Amino acid sequence: MSADIFNTRLDARKRAGMISHGLFMAATIVGIVALTALLYTVIVQSFGLVAVENRVDPATLAVNGVPLEELSKEQLIAILQANLSAGVIRRYESEQPFAERTRENVYALVLERVVQPRIVESWSLSDSLLRRAAIQAETAAKHPNAKLVFRSWLRPDFITKPQASVPDLAGVRTAILGSLWTILITLVVAFPIGVGAAIYLEEYARDTWLTRAIQTNITNLAGVPSIIYGMLGLAIFVRMLEPLTSGTLFGAADPTTANGRTILSAGLTLALLILPLLIINSQEAIRAVPRSLRQAAYGLGATQWQTIWHHVLPSALPGILTGNILAVSRAIGETAPLVVIGASTFIVIDPNGPFSKFTTLPIQIYQWTARPQPEFRHIAAAAIVVLLVMLLSLNAAAVLLRNRYTRRW
Amino acid sequence: MALPSLAIPHRDAGDTNGVYAIEARDLNVYYGNFRAVKDINLKVHRRQITAFIGPSGCGKSTLLRAFNRMNELIPNARASGKVLFQGQNIYDPRVDPVEVRRRIGMVFQKPNPFPKSIYENVAWGARINGYLGNMDALVEQSLRRAALWDEVKDKLHQSGLSLSGGQQQRLCIARAIAVRPEIILMDEPASALDPIATLKIEELMRELSEEYTIIIVTHNMQQAARVSDFTAFLLMDEDRAGVLVEYGPTRQIFTRPKDKRTEDYITGRFG
Repeated sequence: MSADIFNTRLDARKRAGMISHGLFMAATIVGIVALTALLYTVIVQSFGLVAVENRVDPATLAVNGVPLEELSKEQLIAILQANLSAGVIRRYESEQPFAERTRENVYALVLERVVQPRIVESWSLSDSLLRRAAIQAETAAKHPNAKLVFRSWLRPDFITKPQASVPDLAGVRTAILGSLWTILITLVVAFPIGVGAAIYLEEYARDTWLTRAIQTNITNLAGVPSIIYGMLGLAIFVRMLEPLTSGTLFGAADPTTANGRTILSAGLTLALLILPLLIINSQEAIRAVPRSLRQAAYGLGATQWQTIWHHVLPSALPGILTGNILAVSRAIGETAPLVVIGASTFIVIDPNGPFSKFTTLPIQIYQWTARPQPEFRHIAAAAIVVLLVMLLSLNAAAVLLRNRYTRRW
Repeated sequence: MALPSLAIPHRDAGDTNGVYAIEARDLNVYYGNFRAVKDINLKVHRRQITAFIGPSGCGKSTLLRAFNRMNELIPNARASGKVLFQGQNIYDPRVDPVEVRRRIGMVFQKPNPFPKSIYENVAWGARINGYLGNMDALVEQSLRRAALWDEVKDKLHQSGLSLSGGQQQRLCIARAIAVRPEIILMDEPASALDPIATLKIEELMRELSEEYTIIIVTHNMQQAARVSDFTAFLLMDEDRAGVLVEYGPTRQIFTRPKDKRTEDYITGRFG
């Protein structure tokens, strides 16, 4: 065979390959840069210097030269009584008698009500590190009584404390619990329905115009904006099924005050939202099970159900679970539909079941970022870190479970 | 589905008369509007090896699958005519294809062990069919009959996919015989294997034919000549439907074919 019947153009082919290689790498780099920028802004806002001004200098509260931190419970109560009105004291007494309160609790009250530390100004991490001298000078000029301290907005207190109106005291416990409850309900509802529908569509349904129409619709529903699902959830779960979602049907809530804006409604709405995604992902996984495996099972006299249960599902399970993890991750981050169905933005009591009023982390972040005070931006950033960590750890747990329970042969 | 299921008799009955294991009468198989095999009449001898040969696309595999209703797994496939097994038409609406497939087993072209242990591969079919006996004994017996026991007895709980291609195919045969079928259909069982593994499968088929009726589809005419007792030659007609050209004892088909087309094919003049 002579060489001249081929014009191999090897250089041109290689060049085309190099160009694509470069483009793909550029795309990846853009992604990494974007992700880094996100993490950077979040981290930079989560830490930084704050100028704290006390209404009452703790030094003036010292009794006989013993500093405030070392006073006994009784002395602290005395300070409270001296500084607060009798009505306020009575309210605290009725919440929990002072006799039963711990010293730490009383100390915290003194700090909160008497000392009243107030953050008058805050700076981001980058400013704190690079412009420290300027910040010091500025603080000394503007707030002569303020003390400059380094503050990590992301601290254990932030995670364990409930929501509060003061950014300094606000925490995300109620939001985390709300998110976890909502996701639990979403998962419990969406997983069986999604996998069941996928099995039906892949294994049982005949190829008719109807199934094809359903299939097309499912694919399209996956692309419907989530706020539409919020509307749907509002109409169906919050309004129509109010007796069910508010819990009055089960006697779990007081009919006079209950409404359908509960964790159950949120979970069901998010379940609807991720169902199309879940069905499509599960279908892909089921479809990827080789035909030869099914034939082998049928060839031994297995029924359709035995074939599905013993062979198709175990083989498809890793794929189904991966799809499920992706879908649930999306649900965790959803905000818009929850706003529509009426997530509360200010919840200080832990949600304790499906019929509780709720808020979720994304809602909390959304609400905080909308506030004008710069301190809320810092706690919003810290809450984003919490959300990311929660998302990653839930995903990691799911992936570990999946790898553990799917044996590869 | 609403019809009560009709049991297939276990004894030789009716016109199969003990000599024939299964019989096709005016059998046609369609994929949608396309007729893949046409008017097949064929009696398969009991405890013999029958080979289906013919060029690609002539409907050999389709015909083979019609014998245990495996074609029904393909959407839009349907059959007309009869397949008599133990005197019972397996296409009778009252007959459950699940029962048919246990009694008429199948080994596929590409070895397809389950992604499970060797032991489970053999035991699964028996278990789902409600086998009541000693499972360990059944697994050992099936693996011995499939000439695989000595090679796998120390690693029964390893993956069936860890075996070589030839071993996998023998595992599939062991799996098939573990449910005690009466007929084993083999769809080019050695075409994905090397010559030595092929030889082993062929020896195994000879041994198994003492107890089982075997029908094999093969592309390899030497293989048909080596292992089979009877040979059916199929060919596409002008509508591209497979027709049975000639059927008879293998020796006669390969030495004194009655039909000119058979002779042309086996002498390698076409196909």
